[in-house]
Amino acid sequence: MKRWPILACMLAMAIAWPAAASAQMLVNGAGATFPYPIYSKWFEEYIKVDPEVRFNYQSIGSGGGIRQITERTVDFGASDGPMTDEQLKKAPGELFHIPTVLGAVVATYNLPGSPKLSFTGEVLADIFLGKITKWNDDRIKALNPSTTLPNQPIIVVHRSDGSGTTYIWVDYLSKVSPEWDQKVGRGTSVSWPVGLGGKGNEGVAGQVKLAPGSLGYVELAYAVTNKLPAASIRNQAGKFIEPSIESTTAAAAGAAKNMPDDFRVSMTNAPGADAYPVASFTWLLVYKDQPNEAKGRAIVKFLWWAIHDGQKHPAALLYAPLPAPVVKQIEAKIKLITYSGKPILAAQ
Amino acid sequence: MLVASVSQAGTADTPPPARVARRMGIGFGDRLFGLGLTGAAWIVVLLAVALITALGWEAREAIVKFGWRFLFTSSWDPVQGRFGALPFIYGTLVSAFLALAIAVPLSLGAAIFLAELAPGWIRPPIAFLIEMLAAVPSVVYGLWGIFVLVPWLRDWVEPFLASSLGFLPLFQGPPYGIGMLAAGVILAIMVVPYITSVSREVLLAVPGSQREAALGIGATRWETTRIAVLRYGRSGLVGAILLGLGRALGETMAVTMVIGNRPEVALSLFAPGYTMASVIANEFTEATSEIYVSALVEIGLLLLLITIAVNGLARLLVWSVGGPASGGRE
Repeated sequence: MKRWPILACMLAMAIAWPAAASAQMLVNGAGATFPYPIYSKWFEEYIKVDPEVRFNYQSIGSGGGIRQITERTVDFGASDGPMTDEQLKKAPGELFHIPTVLGAVVATYNLPGSPKLSFTGEVLADIFLGKITKWNDDRIKALNPSTTLPNQPIIVVHRSDGSGTTYIWVDYLSKVSPEWDQKVGRGTSVSWPVGLGGKGNEGVAGQVKLAPGSLGYVELAYAVTNKLPAASIRNQAGKFIEPSIESTTAAAAGAAKNMPDDFRVSMTNAPGADAYPVASFTWLLVYKDQPNEAKGRAIVKFLWWAIHDGQKHPAALLYAPLPAPVVKQIEAKIKLITYSGKPILAAQ
Repeated sequence: MLVASVSQAGTADTPPPARVARRMGIGFGDRLFGLGLTGAAWIVVLLAVALITALGWEAREAIVKFGWRFLFTSSWDPVQGRFGALPFIYGTLVSAFLALAIAVPLSLGAAIFLAELAPGWIRPPIAFLIEMLAAVPSVVYGLWGIFVLVPWLRDWVEPFLASSLGFLPLFQGPPYGIGMLAAGVILAIMVVPYITSVSREVLLAVPGSQREAALGIGATRWETTRIAVLRYGRSGLVGAILLGLGRALGETMAVTMVIGNRPEVALSLFAPGYTMASVIANEFTEATSEIYVSALVEIGLLLLLITIAVNGLARLLVWSVGGPASGGRE
């Protein structure tokens, strides 16, 4: 039978494959979906840097990432929101938050002619609280004097799935509106006072595109690739800033001055003249003391690469790269990662 | 049901052949067969029990903390850690029964046409097309819902309903397009192929002698269908509707995309709602606190129990209406 040689080949490959794979090390990670495109790009590029290591990243959501790293079922976790003190206490060892890239969230809307709109955080909060209900409300008109706004109800659209994008958005609203902070608060899902829920960025964008008079929020990358109108938002310095990669990085630079040592910082409403106010880090979660020497070294080397050479990749995928002063701070943090008490980087 | 009858068959019927076989010395295969069947039946039962137990265990924190209140409160606030399942239970039941209200007349009509009235050459292609609908993935229905159904409902159907039937609380409020009505219509389209194809099989299984008898006593075509065919097949037809109901209760993706995902109990069909399956699919991945995860698991447990309860009630219905007919078939 002529099929035998092929079968034999396949069998040989099947046997040889695990052997070939076992020569490499597999590092497992899980967590946030928001940075998944850039992480998978990084893991692919990193093969060229270190062919011995393969990263396997499951984008199961920040909640899952935090749970799995806490239970040590993965080698690193990833989250869009910083872990709470309570969550950190549950972890069996000290966890580091390593910022990797920045994302921004934009307000998008559907109005006739897609005019360029400007908002303040307070007005956005009141719209999402259901206190401003019409597009021709005086407070919106005052911010956009040259635009004719229709006498139309505002249909608020938010994410229905738990999401880091939501966290960034409501974190910003909480900072600018005491009422929002008190009534709704921060979280990857919240109890929305008004509006419709769409699943994923595409769900929100789809509803905004189709329903005249709607207002929603999506990731910057999503808004840019789909050419959605994005509102300028007034920052702490009083300037109206258009969302872009540059203004997002500027927000991180503004926040760098008061960066806490553990990087668990909310970067929304950041200071700085050019800072776009609705932006945030996304973090990788790694144990300070690595349980496995070889894997620990692989993770540390990858992190070092990611915050230096890796930073040229985010822009193409519409994430903002880390600003230089923050990279310096992260370097110091990565040097603190140890295996059985000895720093991994210094030991090389 | 199925499980129970299989296990009965396994335990009640195996001993005699086994005894005979032992006497004749060829019993090993038969005994193995009997054991295998019994085992298969019990594994299914154990799986169901294990599923409920595991869900109950994972949900224990929420069950202890909220107790019965969980079923009757509508606040769903992950930030404060306050959870109530009422809007989800309401949304699941209302969307599923709305779907049935639309789908049952359509499906039964189509099934009767295909089984009784349609010319022979047209039956296979139509039946095939209807069954094709069942093979469309639900996310495709969802996309179609967002881009075609929702704008159509918003611009035409809902304004029309509001102006003609707006005095009913069911048809009040702003027409978003997205909402309970959209979910019901999408679900109806999704369950039509199930109900139609099973009903058609049921109607085809009605013996020709039934029809001949009815025609013989001078019944018209409609009377024949009603007296001889539908009456005879009613338990099977209820079963077909149940299959559709089961599908409607558990459907997740398409509903999530068009229902508006707002945890609120609103009487109007125009208002956005939420279902149990949707909230789990939406929020589980990013649920960070333990009570939050636990509350979502409890919703899963409730969905399972509600599905079982609805199916149980429907079985009772089948027994109460279907006894004589199924007896007559034997």
